[in-house]
Amino acid sequence: MLRIRNLEAGYGKLRVLKNISMHVDAGEIVAIIGANGAGKTTLLSTIAGLIRATSGEIRFLSEDITRLPAPKIPARGCVMVPEGRQVFAPMTVADNLILGGHALPREQKKELDRLLAHQYELFPILEKRKTQLAGTLSGGEQQMLAMGRALMSRPSLVMMDEPSTGLAPLIVRDIFQIIVRLRNEGNTVLLVEQNAKAALAIADRGYVMETGKVIIQGPAEDLLANSDVQRAYLGREKLEE
Amino acid sequence: MRKNFVFLPVLIIVVLIQLLTAWTGTIFYLTQMTMSAYYSLLIVGLCVLMGYAGQISLGHAGFFAIGGYISAALTTRNLTAHVEHPVVRLLDLLGCLQAGQDIYGDPLLVVTPWAACLLAIGAALAVSFVLGIPVLKLKGHYLAMATLGFGIIVYRLVLASEYFGEADGISGVPGFSLLPGLFVSGDISWRVTNYYIAWGVLLIAMLLLRHLIDSRVGRALRAIHGAQDAADAMGVDTARFKLQTFMVSAVLSALAGILLTHYNGGIGPSEASVMKSVRYVAIVAVGGMAHLWGALAMGMILNFLSLRGCFGSYDDAVFGVILIVIMLFAPNGILSLRLGLLSPLSLKGRQFFGFLRKKQAAKEA
Repeated sequence: MLRIRNLEAGYGKLRVLKNISMHVDAGEIVAIIGANGAGKTTLLSTIAGLIRATSGEIRFLSEDITRLPAPKIPARGCVMVPEGRQVFAPMTVADNLILGGHALPREQKKELDRLLAHQYELFPILEKRKTQLAGTLSGGEQQMLAMGRALMSRPSLVMMDEPSTGLAPLIVRDIFQIIVRLRNEGNTVLLVEQNAKAALAIADRGYVMETGKVIIQGPAEDLLANSDVQRAYLGREKLEE
Repeated sequence: MRKNFVFLPVLIIVVLIQLLTAWTGTIFYLTQMTMSAYYSLLIVGLCVLMGYAGQISLGHAGFFAIGGYISAALTTRNLTAHVEHPVVRLLDLLGCLQAGQDIYGDPLLVVTPWAACLLAIGAALAVSFVLGIPVLKLKGHYLAMATLGFGIIVYRLVLASEYFGEADGISGVPGFSLLPGLFVSGDISWRVTNYYIAWGVLLIAMLLLRHLIDSRVGRALRAIHGAQDAADAMGVDTARFKLQTFMVSAVLSALAGILLTHYNGGIGPSEASVMKSVRYVAIVAVGGMAHLWGALAMGMILNFLSLRGCFGSYDDAVFGVILIVIMLFAPNGILSLRLGLLSPLSLKGRQFFGFLRKKQAAKEA
């Protein structure tokens, strides 16, 4: 579904992503884990078109989207839930969701109500809050709103940037359960997380990033069992037996 | 249409004011009311740009001047000496020229007001397009400084160019016959008509802007204001929406400049000065940024007071003080102070109305 080859990107002269190659297949949850400053968010922003790649190639559904401007990408079916939620605070919850459907082609606008109903079913709390301004929601509710907003454009791939940041453990569990549910309903999810353990627990495959490079990749269980990953990211050192 | 319920009371107030001035024999107030209405046309356009799209402009007096100066110059500068010039010939072929006599009885050949008006609006569109593409990539202070630079350029250009009358500006601008019976002119016999023309134009603009804000475009604009990157990631073409809003507000400013110049019979460089731009921004802020009717009301009141000379020589200073005080005590506009509850647009207002609705629902259940 998503194929990235030798991708390089950065800010000004600073090269952040160095020769990244990865892929996401349909129906998977793929986790990207790594420490602060590893380039995870930059990678997602580059896929979403917010940052221009300096070299390399991003193919989505076998179309080259490397040079596509950001606003054109959601219409292709690839949508991002940005880090820190970034809900439109002065707008109502319902307006936020409707704006998520902005990228829908004209003939599908009629389905807006049905899509809205679907998000309310997925996130019942949003229905209760639908006339409330998004800025008045709690962190967890805002995260759900950001997810619902992204799902409004009926994406084939949802990219989530740090959905667990700043949320209570109980809420994080809810959010991750919803991600699993999304996958079970046929969606594909690319998940960027610092909370490596939780992310790998629900992922099918994972990539570990460090200073702009992919250093380890493989099935999620293997990564969880990998001693390097455990030492560096899971905060657990196995004593010699 | 519930959204348009404000239009009727406003229309009634407009008519009442006119009748009141007729009864009390103070019809001269209508002149300043007319001028204020044109300034308010610029202000409501700026309000959409600032309050809804979240982009500041300290250069809107520049667009006002582009409109005013171009239509003033074209309708007064004698083209008799350039009859053979291909551009003049083309204008003649298109029927855009009118011949007459100047005050000394010499032949006078000028562009008709309608053609001048369209050319001036075209110029404002072109300038805002060319300026907007690079400048709107900037944010916050940087955008303010860039648009400030544009305002200064326009000011110095009209002040330095002989064609635009240097420090004297352009006078003797003829009236503008919009439609038969609708003559934009400062002549006393047309005073009441002009009052209604100004309000007519202003209310049509309000209707269009209101429509814009309540549409899909308005939702996108508010999203840009809230979180631009997120809006981009949602598929909103933020650059295009910002540019379009910038151009709409530039055209409204130019239109205000054109009509006011024909009404006043002239325009001077002070209309292009940066202080004017600052004043417009201050009025939008007083009106409450994202509040079209607030901006309109403040535009009418403050401009009227200023034009009546209520602030004396301290005119610009008063607007500076207003800006400081508003930013300190009522950053959401004067209407948010206590009347905030009355406005369904404000945060407090929404919560209040939501509360009422819930109460009502509880009662019904």
